[in-house]
Amino acid sequence: MTTTPWWASESAWKKIAIWVTGLSLVVLIFLTFDTMKQIAVGSPRVPDYSVINHRIEYRFDDARKYQVPVVGAEAPLFGKKLSADEAEALVTHGKKVFQGRNCINCHTILGNGAYYAPDLTKAWLDPSWGAEAARETLMIEFLKNPDKNARTFGTGRKMANLAITDDEARALIAYLKWVSSIDTNGFPYNFKSIKQGG
Amino acid sequence: MAAAIAALDTGNLNGGQRLAVKYFTVAIALFVAQVLFGILAGIQYLQPDFLYGVLEFNVNRMVHINAMVVWMLMGFIGSVYWLLEDETGQPVVGLKLGELIFYVLTGAVAVVVVVYLFVQWGAGTDTTRWLITEGREYIEAPRWADIGIVVAVLTFFYNVAATVMKGRVTGITGVLIADLLALFGLYLAGMFYTTNVSLDQYWWWWVIHLWVEATWEVLVGVIMAWVLMTVLGARRVVVQTWLYIEVALMFGSGILGLGHHYFWIGTPEYWFWIGGFFSALEPIPLVAMVVHAVYDSGVHRMKNANHPALAWVIAHAFGNFFGAGVWGFMHTLPQINLYTHGTQWTTSHGHLAFFGAYATINIAMFYVAMQKWRGGVYMGGGIAGAWRWKWALTLLNAGVVIMTIALLISGYEQSFIERAIEGATWQGYFAGQSHPWFVQGMQWRMWGGWLIVAGTALLVWDLLTIGAGETRKAVVPEDTQGHGGRASATAAA
Repeated sequence: MTTTPWWASESAWKKIAIWVTGLSLVVLIFLTFDTMKQIAVGSPRVPDYSVINHRIEYRFDDARKYQVPVVGAEAPLFGKKLSADEAEALVTHGKKVFQGRNCINCHTILGNGAYYAPDLTKAWLDPSWGAEAARETLMIEFLKNPDKNARTFGTGRKMANLAITDDEARALIAYLKWVSSIDTNGFPYNFKSIKQGG
Repeated sequence: MAAAIAALDTGNLNGGQRLAVKYFTVAIALFVAQVLFGILAGIQYLQPDFLYGVLEFNVNRMVHINAMVVWMLMGFIGSVYWLLEDETGQPVVGLKLGELIFYVLTGAVAVVVVVYLFVQWGAGTDTTRWLITEGREYIEAPRWADIGIVVAVLTFFYNVAATVMKGRVTGITGVLIADLLALFGLYLAGMFYTTNVSLDQYWWWWVIHLWVEATWEVLVGVIMAWVLMTVLGARRVVVQTWLYIEVALMFGSGILGLGHHYFWIGTPEYWFWIGGFFSALEPIPLVAMVVHAVYDSGVHRMKNANHPALAWVIAHAFGNFFGAGVWGFMHTLPQINLYTHGTQWTTSHGHLAFFGAYATINIAMFYVAMQKWRGGVYMGGGIAGAWRWKWALTLLNAGVVIMTIALLISGYEQSFIERAIEGATWQGYFAGQSHPWFVQGMQWRMWGGWLIVAGTALLVWDLLTIGAGETRKAVVPEDTQGHGGRASATAAA
């Protein structure tokens, strides 16, 4: 029997496996530290929760060649300007409602979740709400009675009535408005936003 | 069938294996649940009024994917208990505790499922996340169950580590321990709440990706190495060298391949090239596994002790390569992922990958277990009722392949109509969903689903009865080059 060359030996591959795994982990940890900084709330990529006091737009960026969220003029949600703490509390409540009602197993958000219902990343900016002025009311009514206000575009697929209260609906909308301000590197691409601001 | 079940003799099994078959039993029950809830969810795509207001899509889908995760994990845990005593030459340390934990874990899973089905959802409070559901995909289990899972896996890890320490340390057990440590450590990354959804998804992917595309893959590499030695009589030095190669390639591509989930969740743009590059390498170890399995089978001229198990190992090698490798690669680069992320492309990939990589190898282990449980009987060509395992294999694989292709076609349509043309608005989404090309894909997917139901029924029937009337003993093939497979464990250590 011929002797095994070093590159096919068990001991060599054991060392390679350990080194490759170790190095990959070190690089991942280094990148994780950097990413944590870049996606902290209040960073350019993930704005502060008080961004819900402002108009959010989704505009084509000539340098990056895709749309990016732009924080515009003051436009408080439900007509009431919130402090940073109040905004955080409202958005937090919204995310907890999102999790408690198991939204993720029908919808996607940031593209992750289930595919039975539309992606919610830009739900706040969706042209289906019609006019900017009617948007907030329509969203509240829809969330409270989705079965009665369903628009299924011919699919017959209606959102379930999850007994969402008025407060919960407002919190969810705040959460979705904030999510629409996150810089998602152009996802969704070619999105046609609702007309805002005259 | 009742007589065949009654004839099973646990006296044929060692302590670890007696615990393993308990895990396998629950795993199979959950596999059946996964298939049934998948069918319900699939029907709802075509008939949205089906069970509307009773068992919504989100509940069915949650049970579908959670049953999958848990049955596969229980299959893995069972597989490790199965091979532990053989591999270490040592009875499982702390087996009583392991047994107790099995019942605790099974009870906890039952409670979680009952709550999913009958409570379904809760208010936007911390109590909901602690008691009902966490509402995060794949790890929906409420926090109390998370803690239970951590306790259970720590006990399992203690069983494994203590047994290996006391017995023989081999390449297989060495990789196993390191991998289990990583696998369980990663679960902790999903156990916290944050409002920052970008941060939430960043760490969520540590659990999901680094399980499915790294630590689970290595774990099945370990199981596969052991199965090839046991069923084919492959040489230890060969399977262990391959195992190290697979670890190097799998972790070398998979750890930074994590970046392909960081394109669109708010994370920086450098993940485009890091995630794109490394995830594009992820199929390489899967090619290596195919070469390894096929080469070893060829060297041994396909002579093996357990035909159904080897058939499922081969299904695993190819299913893993195509499902996880090719189907993953197809949409892993950001340039295409921009249009496919969050569409039926992912569903297509997910179904073929989870089945090909993980369902198959677990089923192979179920057959290995049944053989020994029956007293090490012959399971080669010409056994009574062989049509059952062959048809179960055919129906399950055909069903998943049909489903995969059908979902991919719906995915193509979604990318074009919803994303490229309509610009990903809600109206665009529904324009895509109501398009005949999409609907036809969903109809074909259901046909695939029904084949899977038939295949699953046949598989369960076969597992319960295979080898029941068999009196011949299995012949474990000797290594053709004159090196005993399992016998050389001490030498390798």
